[in-house]
Amino acid sequence: MLAYIIRRLLYAIPILIGVNLFTFALFFVVNTPDDMARMQLGVKRVTPEAIQKWKAERGYDKPLVWNAAAAGSAALTDTIFFSKSVRMFAGDFGRADDGRDIAREIGERMGPSLAIALPTFVLGLFVAISFALLLVFFRATALDFSGVVLCVAMMSISGLFYIIGGQWLVSKVWHLVPISGYSGGLDAAKFLILPVLIGVIGGIGSSARWYRTIFLEEIGRDYVRTARAKGLPERVVLFRHVLRNAMIPILTGVVVVIPTLFMGSLLTESFFGVPGLGSYTIDAINAQDFAVVRSMVFIGSVLYIVGLLLTDLSYTLADPRVRLQ
Amino acid sequence: MSGMVIQPVLLWSDALLFVLIAVITGLSLWARRQDALRAAWARVARDRVAMAAATVLAVFVLIGLLDSLHYRARLEPQAGDKSVTTAVTTARYAVEVSSALDALLADLRSRTEKTYSAPLATHLFAREALENSTQREFPRLQHGGAHLGDDLSGHELDIAVRVSRGLAGGLVVWLLLVAVVRRTNGLDLKAVLGVGAGDTAKGAASGVVLITLLPILLLFGAAISLGAGYHVFGTDKVGQDVLYLSLKAIRTGLLIGTLTTLVMLPAAVALGILAGYVGGWVDDLIQYVYTTLSSIPGVLLIAAAVLMMQVVIDTHPDWFATSAERADARLLALCLILGMTSWTGVARLLRGETLKLRELEFVQAAQAFGVGSFAIMRRHILPNLMHIVLISLVMDFSGLVLAEAVLSYVGVGVDPTTISFGTMINTARMELAREPMVWWSLLAAFGFMFTLVLAANLFADAVRDAFDPRSSA
Repeated sequence: MLAYIIRRLLYAIPILIGVNLFTFALFFVVNTPDDMARMQLGVKRVTPEAIQKWKAERGYDKPLVWNAAAAGSAALTDTIFFSKSVRMFAGDFGRADDGRDIAREIGERMGPSLAIALPTFVLGLFVAISFALLLVFFRATALDFSGVVLCVAMMSISGLFYIIGGQWLVSKVWHLVPISGYSGGLDAAKFLILPVLIGVIGGIGSSARWYRTIFLEEIGRDYVRTARAKGLPERVVLFRHVLRNAMIPILTGVVVVIPTLFMGSLLTESFFGVPGLGSYTIDAINAQDFAVVRSMVFIGSVLYIVGLLLTDLSYTLADPRVRLQ
Repeated sequence: MSGMVIQPVLLWSDALLFVLIAVITGLSLWARRQDALRAAWARVARDRVAMAAATVLAVFVLIGLLDSLHYRARLEPQAGDKSVTTAVTTARYAVEVSSALDALLADLRSRTEKTYSAPLATHLFAREALENSTQREFPRLQHGGAHLGDDLSGHELDIAVRVSRGLAGGLVVWLLLVAVVRRTNGLDLKAVLGVGAGDTAKGAASGVVLITLLPILLLFGAAISLGAGYHVFGTDKVGQDVLYLSLKAIRTGLLIGTLTTLVMLPAAVALGILAGYVGGWVDDLIQYVYTTLSSIPGVLLIAAAVLMMQVVIDTHPDWFATSAERADARLLALCLILGMTSWTGVARLLRGETLKLRELEFVQAAQAFGVGSFAIMRRHILPNLMHIVLISLVMDFSGLVLAEAVLSYVGVGVDPTTISFGTMINTARMELAREPMVWWSLLAAFGFMFTLVLAANLFADAVRDAFDPRSSA
């Protein structure tokens, strides 16, 4: 087991290096730092001095990968590639355009992101699985049919509509909770209820329909017929046998997103004014803060790879037959 | 309009769209000769929901195609005409790129107001100081309800008359259509509409199509009749007709939904088959590339790539003659970037399926006969993977249409001058805090997007059920 984890961690290294090289190529080779400076400074303020200053402020005034002017190992380390890309592996993301340390900012913003993403995830999973089980219990009836129609209709609605409509109805018409904002501690609940609720409702359509397909696939198997033949009530068949066997395909899709919950949701956080990583990313995109976007790409990949590892490990918990070597 | 010179303009996205249509036509001609494919499509045709959805989709596609026939009309410059429409004005040539749809909707396009006005309104949404009055009042619209004159007591009655006239017109067109189908098919009315016993597969399909067309034609009739005198969905911040914007946004949605899959398909198919068939280090390398790409969260990868693309476009203004071309290039680049993030899933599926096919007898027989690897991949593997390609094409469409709106909101979507559902929602969002709310452009964008995506989802489900061998139960 431990050997397996170590091997998977080693396997993740080339992928992370690949992500790192890819983002480096995307941000510094497709466009030179001069191009970025020109774009950000705008047409009017572009002077050679302004570009030099912009680059020096961000440490982009070094050579890309090889510093011929430096001696010894500094020829490799005193470059954009080393200072901006390689140092990411050590958790050093440099500074954002406003001068703040990105790593620290990320640490502070993970909390609010998680405060919304985690309840949304848990509650969403619970509601979607319950709804799917309900449809499967009443399969091939009018209830099942209208449930599927409802799912398809709900997944055809834009996520933006759920957020805008929900804010309008709950906050503006009913005045139940504040439209947006965030605070720490217990007080946060009144800010969290609406985004979590909207996140859950917005996700039901596609996930419930998917779980229903998985359950229906399981229900056609021999062990289900055996369970029914020995006289188990349908309720027990569904909850004891089908649900547990369906966990494997469900886990594949679900566990992988758990680490990325830290990243928060771009839309929810920006609409509800939550100071999490999602709104941080959106602000960075709008302000064209390349350093922040680059850091978020890297962190997102790290979390995704952790998710893949967790997925494999969760198989052993859900299915004793799976042995990892 | 005399002395008008029409100069056809072929934007890159138009060209690709026509290539796509040619490919689809070619493939469907080829599919007609394949028994298995014909049977699968016949299953789709027998599915009533699928045929209704296909009809709705066809209407959207028709609007999108009309909007893809671009031309430049040389017009006399008119004083005071400041229409800031999508067909972006090009200062250098003093002509703008319009489309056939623009020509059809010339009235809607030209009748702009000053700013917001509610659907079917006669007055602006905001108070303004009038010339001959000390109070701030709601000014009359220049076009909406202008035919009523000063007497507004007949406003509701006028709307009711126009709606019923439009509905009647739609009904007449529909009845004519039914009569034509009856004549050409030689069926009686019940058979044409696919109701009652003894309906043939052909009759059932045409019946569903005709019945679906009825509400569409009724809505069109009402919209045309109302649109002649009012702004049916109101006007937006700069006074453009929201109905016009919604219809123009359809093309953008369709392009993103289809071209994205089209641009990534060749690479995904080639790499997927290669990895599965050749194996060894080729397999390792291809798997490494797509694992790396897919481990970057989609939105972030798109955001990073779009940011970089903006830098490229901004620093090379000389590449694009007109701003329409620039907006078009940006749209295509967005399709490419979306494709870059979504090809990995298809490649993985195709690799897995190729691994299975490689071990089957007919492939082994071909190998024993000494058929080359490339020929085996092309003649024996590829045709057996087409159903996966088709299913992923239709399944991805609706997700991409929805993604466009989100990306435009995030600020990494289409060019702000391109009319799309995303840009419509994005500009309308600013006015949400207003009291009373400006809801119509939001609702119009969401409504059109919902109809398009729902139809696409329903159609995609039927296609998947018909083509996926596992779901044939």
